Amino acid sequence: MSARRVVGPFNRVEGDLEISLDIDAGRVAAAYVNSPLYRGFEQILQGKLPADALVLVPRICGICSVAQSAAAALALADAAGTVPPANGRLAANLTLATENLADHLTHFYLFFMPDFARADYAGRHWHAAAVERFRATVGSAPNQMLPARADFMRMMGLLAGKWPHTLAVQPGGSTRPLQSSEIYRLHRTLREFRGFLESVTFGARLEHVAALASRAELDHWRGQGGGGDLRAFLAIAADLDLWRLGRATDRFMSYGAYQEQGRRLFPAGLWHHGAAALDIGTIDEDISHAWYAAAGLPQHPGAGSTLPVTEKDGAYSWCKAPRLAGQVVETGALARQVVAGHPLARDMVAAGGGSVAARVVARLVELALVLPAMERWLTELAPGEPWCIATQLADETSGVGLIEAARGSLGHWLTVRRGRIHNYQIIAPTTWNFSPRDAAGQPGALEQALAGLPADATAPLPAAIHHVVRSFDPCMVCTVH
Amino acid sequence: MNLLWLQSGGCGGCTLSWLGSEHGPLFRVLADEGIELLWHPSVSETGVDEARELIAQCADGRSSVDLLCIEGSLLRGPRGTGGFHRFGGGAQPMIDWVRRIAARARHVVAIGSCSSWGGITAAGINPTDACGLQYDGEAAGGLFGPDFRDAMGLPVINVAGCPPHPDWITETLAALAHGRLRAEHLDDYGRPRFYADQLVHHGCPRNEYYEFKASASRHSEQGCLMEQLGCKGTQAHADCNQRLWNGEGSCLRGGYACIRCTDPGFEEPGHAFETTPKVAGIPIGLPADMPKAWFIALAALSKSATPARVRENAHSDHLLRAPTVKRNKR
Repeated sequence: MSARRVVGPFNRVEGDLEISLDIDAGRVAAAYVNSPLYRGFEQILQGKLPADALVLVPRICGICSVAQSAAAALALADAAGTVPPANGRLAANLTLATENLADHLTHFYLFFMPDFARADYAGRHWHAAAVERFRATVGSAPNQMLPARADFMRMMGLLAGKWPHTLAVQPGGSTRPLQSSEIYRLHRTLREFRGFLESVTFGARLEHVAALASRAELDHWRGQGGGGDLRAFLAIAADLDLWRLGRATDRFMSYGAYQEQGRRLFPAGLWHHGAAALDIGTIDEDISHAWYAAAGLPQHPGAGSTLPVTEKDGAYSWCKAPRLAGQVVETGALARQVVAGHPLARDMVAAGGGSVAARVVARLVELALVLPAMERWLTELAPGEPWCIATQLADETSGVGLIEAARGSLGHWLTVRRGRIHNYQIIAPTTWNFSPRDAAGQPGALEQALAGLPADATAPLPAAIHHVVRSFDPCMVCTVH
Repeated sequence: MNLLWLQSGGCGGCTLSWLGSEHGPLFRVLADEGIELLWHPSVSETGVDEARELIAQCADGRSSVDLLCIEGSLLRGPRGTGGFHRFGGGAQPMIDWVRRIAARARHVVAIGSCSSWGGITAAGINPTDACGLQYDGEAAGGLFGPDFRDAMGLPVINVAGCPPHPDWITETLAALAHGRLRAEHLDDYGRPRFYADQLVHHGCPRNEYYEFKASASRHSEQGCLMEQLGCKGTQAHADCNQRLWNGEGSCLRGGYACIRCTDPGFEEPGHAFETTPKVAGIPIGLPADMPKAWFIALAALSKSATPARVRENAHSDHLLRAPTVKRNKR
């Protein structure tokens, strides 16, 4: 006889999260992930002037704000047939990369690591150190990281005016031309941030971390010593076997990140025990278990609808269930690096599939991979060359904007009729990862990752469940929007 | 003083802005100001069952709350049930929790424009019937009604902005913690006057372009953003160009319009955000306290007096002409 347990408010995630667990014989028999907040951005956007989306969509999310701006700018550029000049493309990369890296850092230090300071782990050989270092709000790490993060966010002051919620990211490029002395200040900011990462987070050169090519190399590198918070995490991960915790579908998707000349720094694709074709046309959103009026079959987001209803049999979330060719996929830094072919990411999933440890390591490796690219983009900026071109949008048009936010694949599907937004559908990374079941009864990625974990109907929630949930770095405000 | 922070119909961006505080580690700053963080959903260790119990204690008076901070709009829909946001691992709508805790809190602080007046979540058809704690757009009322006063006789303190500057939040909380914030320190909309008595225009580096009405007509140009590109900095209440953002930023410094995000109703300006609405060529929104006739006369005069340097630079994305270097006559 299984017992139902409702777990919430699930904190240290962005936004509101609640999970229902069916517990049977000391294990999670089934998990139901509920996104309990609905705001209705897709309804708000209908009837608006297309350019006004740039004011509205960043405010979907305070932590993925630029990502939302970038997806909207791309959708508008696609609809208008605009290609921004090189400076505009590089500024967009730098702005989005700043947000993505800051988000990785925030996740690691503020959201994820504090769980190892929990009393559950008292007695583990690393616990006392974890309490001193990672305890929420009072540990040495969060208090060391916040000023470093604030310094790094000075990138945003120059590139985007402010963060969150900028209007600098436009379909035609950037509103913020940079002069050489400003580029020098950005360079100094990146150098300072590199110094923080190398001395505090990694205890190693970024290039060294980025070049780690396998689990074996990672373990060897940890064993060499040299300090840094990543090594501390790896020691904990080894002790708790976080490499075998939290496996979901092992079907990894990425839309591709950071536009370079004619390619993306991290290419788009799908990986399921090997490279597979990614066909965006096969994305559908299923609303069988979400509180929306059913319009028949699952719909492609280009033709999707969002009509909230208060009661619906079988529904348990405001999150829709996106599926790729009917399949559940996982998205995020791990997926992005697996798809892009990073050897460590490929090796981690080959050995144990998606796991808590692999997701966290992939995020930190991405810090080491992207910061050098940012340094390069700065050198490619050309003051005096154009930063933004004018965009002419037809009265009847449509566009798609697909990008990679910190948490994974973010898509905007825009339709314009008579010069106004006719339809605007958004699928955010956590919409994929934290989706409810679909009509076929397939649980979403987190729901799969939680099934089978030890749990009790009344005892305090095991820390392992916290780790699995937070390993996805969920952003709940994006999820439903 | 202790502080309880809850989030509802918003984006979490106020918290993220706050975490970007540039005056040292925020958590230590709070402790140093004598503010104890009772619970914050993004940063506190405590979660799920313990957090639910703590919040229940705050609601029924077993735990007292000194500073109740609410981020995000209050969602009254659908049909007054509050069902668009149920909180706490249960069926109870967030608006009920907020009402109950606010009734006992020493002070109630709306963090951001959403909890102040509804904000972006109330835009368009306002699908969730979103409002602020004590305002619904420009109208006093909101979730609590116009007559709400906290245990110390203050209305809801509206740290409006989308998002608010990190210092606006910290400075307001510190003033409350030290008992220094009184009714006369709030403006007509309940905003702390230390930032709301300024205009975004004050300290704008495009000042010379404004003086001569040398206006940008396209993104990335250096000219004034008021005449063509929708900038409301001359009317917007905030100190964004004196107290800069993320080091040396502000919206105007970022090359885009001030959208008056500290004001109620900013989400529905009645025109494209980045296009200045005009009647007979004159912007509808004139600088604060400026008579229209004088604005027109001065604009015409200054346009005719615009130096070529300023006129040309206004339409460029980089400096074409530097100011002339003057040599002293000997």
